[in-house]
Amino acid sequence: MRALRSPGLWLALALTAAAGAWPYFTGSASNREVAFTILLSVALASSLNILLGYTGYVSFGHIVFYGLGGYMGIYLLSERGVSLWLAVLAGGAIAGLLALLLGASILRLRGAYFALATIGVNEAARAFINNFQPFGGPIGMTLNFRLYDHYGGAARALWMVYGVMLGLTLLVILVSYLVKNSKFGLGLLAIRENEDAAEIMGVTAPQAKTWAYVLSAIFPGMIGVLFFFKNGNIEPHDAFRLHLSIEMIVMVMLGGYGTVLGPVLGAAGYQRLRGMLLVSPIFKNIQLAVAGGLLLIIVLFVPAGAVGWLRHRVPVLRKVLE
Amino acid sequence: MSDILLPSLVDGLLLGFVYGIAAMGLSLIWGVMDVINLSHGPIIALGMFGIYLIFTNTGLNPYLALFVVALAGLLLGMIIYGVAVHRVIDAPHLSTLLATFSVNMIIIGIGTALLTTTPRNIDFTLGSLSVGPITVPWTRVAAAFATMLVTGLLYLFLYVSRPGKYIRAVANNRVAAELMGIPSARILALSFGLGTMLAAIAGGLIATFFPFTILSGGSYELKSFVICVLGGLGNPLGALFGGLILGGLEGLTPAFMPTTWVPVLEFGLFVLILLVRPSGLLGSKS
Repeated sequence: MRALRSPGLWLALALTAAAGAWPYFTGSASNREVAFTILLSVALASSLNILLGYTGYVSFGHIVFYGLGGYMGIYLLSERGVSLWLAVLAGGAIAGLLALLLGASILRLRGAYFALATIGVNEAARAFINNFQPFGGPIGMTLNFRLYDHYGGAARALWMVYGVMLGLTLLVILVSYLVKNSKFGLGLLAIRENEDAAEIMGVTAPQAKTWAYVLSAIFPGMIGVLFFFKNGNIEPHDAFRLHLSIEMIVMVMLGGYGTVLGPVLGAAGYQRLRGMLLVSPIFKNIQLAVAGGLLLIIVLFVPAGAVGWLRHRVPVLRKVLE
Repeated sequence: MSDILLPSLVDGLLLGFVYGIAAMGLSLIWGVMDVINLSHGPIIALGMFGIYLIFTNTGLNPYLALFVVALAGLLLGMIIYGVAVHRVIDAPHLSTLLATFSVNMIIIGIGTALLTTTPRNIDFTLGSLSVGPITVPWTRVAAAFATMLVTGLLYLFLYVSRPGKYIRAVANNRVAAELMGIPSARILALSFGLGTMLAAIAGGLIATFFPFTILSGGSYELKSFVICVLGGLGNPLGALFGGLILGGLEGLTPAFMPTTWVPVLEFGLFVLILLVRPSGLLGSKS
């Protein structure tokens, strides 16, 4: 377990834990909501990074796992009366299962064809759920308020969900780090650089890609359950929002794809920036345009993202920034 | 049964022409430079607003205004290429996808601030055409004719004119084309401009018969993906056929199942074709 002694991992974990502990000190519910959004983004971006950053496959419709997991969890909670913990696990399991099935098929596609297929999968899932009556069709499902009583009332339930979210985010970062420093992860990085060469060197590419896909799908599935449990209701439009999917990619790119710390910083930075733009009187109306302009600058001039750029420019930091 | 089927099929096919011209723009850009233009939807929406603003402010006939919108679309596309795409044209797909998506965000962001998201409607009709059991608005028929005209002109341009031949040469092999002295950067910008021009025209035509907002382009962009895959990415004529297939499908499906199932069918088909035949139903390259 030499890998666990690396400063890079502890830096990422410590930053997340410190940011996550902030609402506990202030005790304010609005701080908690801000921190929840940031943690959610960090966890989503870090799990997407396993596929996008390490393996190099651009999943434009990654949000399908979040939506599907959320739906599964809310269905179990409200219609079947299972506990939140089981619902979260079920959300992760169904997302992982979908990724396993998809992995065997659409991961054969490369480059833009794969990206297009993931958009298609997300839109097909959204349209299907829209027609699927057990999940409430276009209206979705709303949790009965009394459900929160099992967790000590709504106020305590929200704090508890926040705690779980924080723990899950730390877990995602740990997994992301362990994958990157394992033989499996090295295989993924080789696939990213040159898939054909990687296969010749002994990487079983289809298998490795599929497991990377599954791993990067499980966490969004679990996060979906947490988010929609907190939200109280779920609708197809909210669950499969393609825009959120692309925002996840933006966060990964902003921080630096293929690094452990990158998605953490990228997601936190993106959400903070958005928060600031939304409250500023000048930029409030054009916050989307400002974010777009920023993305364009990053893509054109700093394609490696913040962490990638720092690692390249300041070699000393390579030991610290994973 | 047939007295319901036939009118809705005709309706769907006429709409299919417009889907086709929108998809053609996407397909052309993909065919020439392997770029999936994610700013396609907002440009369709800008085409809608172009016609709307010209018509409501000057009262100019929408079909004449279409020329202005087409020209503006061409210029806008060349600017987008120069600013956002040229620098990353040889980078991995992720870069061009994100660069064009950032253009999408910029247009939608500014558009929402300036034009709001209240639905707009062009107060313009040409009456309806009735043949037997079929009654269709003339604006739909005109849109189909406009599409055929534009497609004809596009092919004439690509096969007869010198810049058009350059475009085909660059699409075929950019390095070889450069060695033959073709200014590839300018030709790529022109191709991108033509692609966005087609999107703007499609938007303008749609605006003559459907209400719209700045966000309306998104659904046509998604349809364009489906159509391009049906007709083979990079094949403009295939895109027109793909559009007709999709339009026909949309026309016929409601007779057999609730309308809400149409997108499930469309996107299911889309993923299936990508898996079985990524070169498209009509694509020749394997």
